This record gives sequence, structure tokens and C-alpha cells, in this order.
Amino acid sequence: MEKTVLQLETLTCPSCVRRIEGTLSKTAGVSNATVKFNASKVEVEHESGIDKGHITDIVTKLGYKVLSTK
Amino acid sequence: MSLLTLLAGVHIFKKALIDIKYRIVGIDLLVSIAVIAAFIIGDYFEAAAVTYLFTIGHILEKNSLEKTRSALKTLMDLKPTTGRRLNENVEEIIPFNQIKPGDVLLVKPGEKIPVDGIILEGEVYIDEQMMTGESMPVFKQVNEIVYGSTLLQSGYIKMKTTHVGEETTLSRIIHMVEEAQDKKAKTEKFMDTFSKYYTPVIVLFAIIMSVVTKDIRLAVTILVIACPGALVIATPVSFVAGIGNAAKKGILFKGGDSIERLSKTSMVFFDKTGTLTEGRPVVTRFKSYGLDEDEVLRIAAIGESYSEHPLSKAIIDYAVKHGLDINDKPTDPNMIIGKGITFRYNNSKYSIGNDTWIKANDIVQKDIHTFMDLGLSTILLADEYSVLGIFGIEDQIRHHSKSMILELRTLGIKKTMMLTGDNERVAKAVSESINIDDYRASIFPEEKAEIIKQHAGEHTLFVGDGINDAIALTYADASVAIGGFGKDLAMETADVVLMSEDISKLPEAIRISRKVKSNMVQNITFALLVVLVLMTGVLFKKVSMSIGMLVHELSVLLVLLNAMRLLKYNLGGQHGKGHKRY
Repeated sequence: MEKTVLQLETLTCPSCVRRIEGTLSKTAGVSNATVKFNASKVEVEHESGIDKGHITDIVTKLGYKVLSTK
Repeated sequence: MSLLTLLAGVHIFKKALIDIKYRIVGIDLLVSIAVIAAFIIGDYFEAAAVTYLFTIGHILEKNSLEKTRSALKTLMDLKPTTGRRLNENVEEIIPFNQIKPGDVLLVKPGEKIPVDGIILEGEVYIDEQMMTGESMPVFKQVNEIVYGSTLLQSGYIKMKTTHVGEETTLSRIIHMVEEAQDKKAKTEKFMDTFSKYYTPVIVLFAIIMSVVTKDIRLAVTILVIACPGALVIATPVSFVAGIGNAAKKGILFKGGDSIERLSKTSMVFFDKTGTLTEGRPVVTRFKSYGLDEDEVLRIAAIGESYSEHPLSKAIIDYAVKHGLDINDKPTDPNMIIGKGITFRYNNSKYSIGNDTWIKANDIVQKDIHTFMDLGLSTILLADEYSVLGIFGIEDQIRHHSKSMILELRTLGIKKTMMLTGDNERVAKAVSESINIDDYRASIFPEEKAEIIKQHAGEHTLFVGDGINDAIALTYADASVAIGGFGKDLAMETADVVLMSEDISKLPEAIRISRKVKSNMVQNITFALLVVLVLMTGVLFKKVSMSIGMLVHELSVLLVLLNAMRLLKYNLGGQHGKGHKRY
């Protein structure tokens, strides 16, 4: 199990939270995804096999700019 | 124009499609349906207006939201970018992230201390205001701890790095504020649930209306105003702005929940030592019987040399201050918890400890009572036959304790009570001098919890310095730890942490919490009102789709602007203590 934290651009609407959490938690290999609305951060717990870049891609495709990945 | 509208709407439609996939009824989906429907019925102007208003509104919202969250960014920007490392007396400037624990750094006046560490050389004045909110610079010397990002005002230091990166105190404060901002309060959870049901209900309502009245335009307008944007954002923005504002003043709220609970406080319990008093006892009175004064003091200090008790330390300090040689060690020292110490020195047997354990004759007893009436704790030194000396030890009351109690009263706090393990006389003297409503003396930590439980009907607040208060903290409705800067335990357990030891920050914290609470109530009331007015307007056909969108976006912005007032809110100015304005 690994944890990846993405820092996004300022999130503006709380529905973003459900959108990102919904998409990520249905991604294979991801066990949990939490969006911190006020901090504009996404915390993803996933299998070690998944590339961090892959997660960043998914979020970017949803229309959210990823500022940094940890 | 219609093509442009479609182009502008692409990002909305895209999000709407994703939402359909995950069965989320969000504003993007509602707006998409409305725009498409407007196209179908041929109302291109309305379609364009809605799209543009929505897009522009979004950009403005983003900017304002960034502002409400700006306090955190200010904290992050405090981090210095470089440090000056000493390598065999050669200075080199290295990037911040290359500093490692154990590195010896040199910091010159006017520079920021890069990371947490211990002073190896130098005496300095450090400005810690950015973290503690305390405007007076702090004096520090060899072996004292310095914190990364604080400002060296005068002097220079050589320091040994202890914590870097995520481990520094500033990083941990930032992390705590971040966690706090996303910790949901009860009101917020309620609003979340409310909005989750609200939107689908409105959609259903729109469908019913379209079927019943056959008026597509009306149904679509209902959709546009169906998303409770202002309502959803009303609570978090107030909390985020409030938490941010407080953090800059050295007051850390652990989340919206903590703010709500603190704002309701009607009764405040205080721990005494280290909270209302400095927690650094000093000997202020001393009397000897029979033997030479210095000799009695010397024996007492030698007897205490293995004890870690704050009162023992006070006696040792007193002896050092009198220039006595106390390097000798006692033989057979025996510590009796809660009473004192027995030891041998130069073939005599002594005991040093409290007055309930060591029996004194009437003359000494009278002196002890005089000391106690002054609010002093007493320690006795005796040999096998009689008492040789008594020490009156004072734990100085904090500067602002008295004015703080008065201020709590003006804030409408119904009752203040001090809970202490100290004896009745000391407790009485302290409580009278600060004018606190009530006190309980000679109680054990677990009894503190019992007393708090007896007042379960009130909204109780416990204020302590975070040391051995854990039980009391959990039984009170809210808790505040003072002097939490660098103290991990205090930072973990309490609802609210005052970073400095300035107790006058307590009324300030309560005031901020109330201000945030009322700001939140204003936001919610306003948002509900807007929804109500819009809905009525739509039903009476006074509100078109574009006007609905305009009002919707404006209401979100107004809620944000209202919350932003909390950022500028400065309590320091109100009671004129000359705090810096932010």
C-alpha cells in the first residue's frame, strides 16, 4: 500500500470533491481517495504497482490542474 | 454567438458528463441541461447569458476562495529558502532542503533561523511573533531551543540543527491548520446532507412542474437556481477564514467543531500552576532557626540536588543566587512521593519536605501560617530534633491573569473556577488576587474531571498548560492549552492551542470563535433567503434563467466576501494592546 498526495489548484465547488473521489475510488488498484476541499489536496491510498503519474493523469483529465505530487 | 456559447460551455458539459457517470447531481449537470434546453426552445440569448455568467462567476469565486485560504499560504511563505552552514569554520550558503539534522548553522542579525535547533553559541533576541503572536522579542542563550522561520533580531548564534523539513515546528503548525480547515463541524455536516437531498428534490420538482404546466422554460429556470452554491460554501468559508486569521495571532483552532464549541462557553475552569501562574516557582521568603542562614540554605540545596520537583529547583536556584557552594552530594537520599526527601550529610540525618509531613513547634507553625497567607508554598528543612529553616516559595501569577478574568466576565462568561492540587491557603490567596469567582484546592488530577462533570449542564471550558490535564481536558466541552509552542502533548490534546504563554489570548480566542460563528450564521441565513426569494420569483415568473444565474453567482460571491471580513478582523485593536494589524 502506498499513499500519494496531490496538491491541486484551488477547488471551488464542493461537487468537485465527489467527482474526484468518485473517479479515483473506481480506479483499479486504488483503495481509498479523500479530497480535502479547503486545502485543495487529494490523498490517495493505492497498491504500490500503480504509477503516481497515472493518478495525476486521471485527475488532470477531470479538469483539475495538479500543482505537485508527493 | 451560439457557437461561442457552445465553446464556452464545453468545460461545463464535460464536467456534467463525468457527473452522470458517477450519478452526481451537481451544478454543472443542471446548468448543462438548462443551456441545452434553452437552445432547443430557441432562446439563444438566455443560453449564452447563463453560460457566461456561470463561467465568470466561477473565476471570481476561485479568486475569492483563494483569499479566504490565504492565511495558510502566508504561513508557508515564512519558510526561508537558504541556510548558512558552518563546515570547519568555513561558511557556505546552502539551499533550505539540503540542511540536515546535526548540521551546525550560523545565523546573523536580521536573518531568519532556517530550521529548528539548539543554540551552541551566542545570546540573542528572537522575534517569534509569526508563530506565537507575541510581539515582544524573546531572549535566548546557549542550550535553548530555537524554531525555524523565526527572526533573529540582534546578536548572532551558532546552532545545531535538530529538526528539518516536515519535522520542524512551523511545518507541524501548517499541517495542523490544514487538517483543521478540513475537519467538518456539525453545522457543516448538516449542510452537506441538506444539499445532497436538496438538489435532487428540486430536479424532481422541475420535472413535475414541466409535466404539470407544460412550461419548459419555467422548469429549466428552476434547474438553474437549484444548486445551493452559497449554502454549501457558507460554513466552510467562514471557518477557513477564521482559522487562518487566528493562526496568524498564535491561536490554533483544531477545526470548525472546536470553534463552535468554544463559542458557546459559559463556564471556564482553570488549572493553576503554569496556567494562571508562571509555573516557575521562586523562593521569595526564607527563615532559619538556630543555625546560620547560609548553612541551612546550603544543606537544603544539597538535600534537594537529586530531585526534579519544581519546588526543589526553586531552592537550588535560591542557593546558587546566594553564591553558595552546593557541589557536595547527600548520602542515602530517599524520596518519599508527595512528602519530601530524607538524606544524610556530614554524619547528620535531615529531612526536607512539606509541613504536613515534617512536624514543627508552635513558633515555626506561626511563621508557616504567615507564609501561607501570602500565598506561598512552604518547604521545611529539619534535622532529627527540630526544624532548621522554612522556605516560602512563590509561583508568580501571570501578568494578564487578573485582566483576563475581568475580560471573560465582560464577554458574558457566567462563572470562572480555579482547580488546583495546592493547599487551601495558597489557592485562596491566588484566587483573591486575580478575582476569580471560585476555586477548589487540594484536589487530585482525576478529581478535576469529577468537578467538571458536576457542571455538565453548562458549556464548560477547561484551560490548562497541557501537563497532566489530560483527563480534565476530555470531560470539558471545550479545552484550551496555553504555551503550546514546541509542546507536542498540548498541541495534540486540546481543541484550541495558544502558542504563547500570554493568557490574555484566551478571551481573544473566545471572541474570534463567536465572530466566526455569527459570520457563519449570517452566511447561512443569507443563502437560504436567496434560495427562497429566487424560488418564489421563478414560480411567479419574475425571474428569468439568466437573472437566476446572476443572482446565484452574486450570492456565492457575497457569502465569500462576508467570510473574507474575518481575515481582516483584528481583535487586538479593540482593546488597544498595540497588536500588529494584519
